[in-house]
Amino acid sequence: MKIYLKVWRQKDASAKGELVDYTMESVEGDMSFLEMLDILNEDLIAKGEIPVEFDHDCREGICGTCSLQINGRPHGPDRLITACQLHMRSFKDGDTIVIEPFRAKAFPVVKDLIVDRTSFERIQQAGGFISVNTSGQPVDANAIPIEKEFADKAFNAATCIGCGACVAACKNASAMLFTSAKVSQFALLPQGKVEAVERVQNMVRQMDLEGFGNCTNTGACEIECPKGISLENIARMNREYLSASLKG
Amino acid sequence: MSTVIKSSIARKVVMALSGLFLVFFLALHVTINFTSVVSPDLFNTWSHFMGYNGLVQYIMQPILIAGVIVHFVMGIVLEIQNNKARTVKYVKYKGGDNASWVSRNMIVTGLVVLAFLGLHFYDFWVHEMTYKYIESSPEDPTRYYEETVMKFAPMWRTLLYVVSFVLLSLHLWHGFASSFQSMGFNNKYTPVLKKFTQAYAIVVPLVFIFIAVYHHFNPISH
Repeated sequence: MKIYLKVWRQKDASAKGELVDYTMESVEGDMSFLEMLDILNEDLIAKGEIPVEFDHDCREGICGTCSLQINGRPHGPDRLITACQLHMRSFKDGDTIVIEPFRAKAFPVVKDLIVDRTSFERIQQAGGFISVNTSGQPVDANAIPIEKEFADKAFNAATCIGCGACVAACKNASAMLFTSAKVSQFALLPQGKVEAVERVQNMVRQMDLEGFGNCTNTGACEIECPKGISLENIARMNREYLSASLKG
Repeated sequence: MSTVIKSSIARKVVMALSGLFLVFFLALHVTINFTSVVSPDLFNTWSHFMGYNGLVQYIMQPILIAGVIVHFVMGIVLEIQNNKARTVKYVKYKGGDNASWVSRNMIVTGLVVLAFLGLHFYDFWVHEMTYKYIESSPEDPTRYYEETVMKFAPMWRTLLYVVSFVLLSLHLWHGFASSFQSMGFNNKYTPVLKKFTQAYAIVVPLVFIFIAVYHHFNPISH
């Protein structure tokens, strides 16, 4: 099928970008979206032009590296998948596809479709870890029974791959879903409760410092999250934060 | 403490608490207003009580005005911050695919309701303050019903009230349920609570609309 692309091209972080038109003459429905971009890049290289830069790594939907805003939605029109798992069968012959980088002040464009998401790493570094000894002194953490309900919720929160689709989808570029998933995966387990007060305060403080917007509960993040992280996590983080603030 | 107040979550909680306070006030307001349709005497009695009771006038009224100001100012502050969080906008953005129009446009519905409050304050609050404190007119427990009905005689004012109540309904539709999420309440009771908040968002503005339209089409004949 024939596909018309409008791809965001930007030479570097300080350059003014623009959408550039490309026409793909023979796209197969079984191609993944990134394979389609690979072919575009091969064509560009063959013509002596600079290929389109975009982030990718595992191409299995588990690493969270790909970060494309496709036709106005992060990771494209299908639900619960990353851009690498999107296939061209989701489009029709003659379709025009607009590809942009994730947009947020805290995700500055590096080049073309690549954005700097190290703001997420700094939020994680602010408290998204456990520093207490959990290995057998006096009780091994793995030997502590945990109710299935809490175990399931903690594991669901831990499936967040930090791709940034929540920020890209949110009209306020809020990082509440990401941060709340990282807070929740520890807040629900005994190992995480020891540092719960400092964790939520430090992670929320860092999230605010990075310049993300405020959550207005539109629910767009939950809809676009490739891992289906629930808004319930945001409510839990709000509770954790309020509780931590009252404790000092 | 200052760090907490500056945090995004604390600001959202302030929005939620002030919003819930205003939601509670609306229930009180619509109940008293509805008596104007049922019994002019009862409406006059309640209105006079609200207008001259010290607790209402000097404690509840300032708290109410403060609640409106806090909700409005914090809403503007959050909106400005949110706009700064995405300085370069998308060329193509399909916000309607993953979030409702109402949830994405709370600032629009909120500003319309705020503009309406200006008219509403001018119509009733300024009139009351002038009557009581500037003109120092004597207490008249029987004047409220007639004054209220007269306000809805012009079609333009009735229409403005109706349109504003529709926007209020949209604002409540998202805001009432959202306030519980902001305060950390999201559990098995949330679906039931959401249905209640949405019913409230329809019924309360609808009753306000009914009262305005009823008085427009049932003027006082002397």
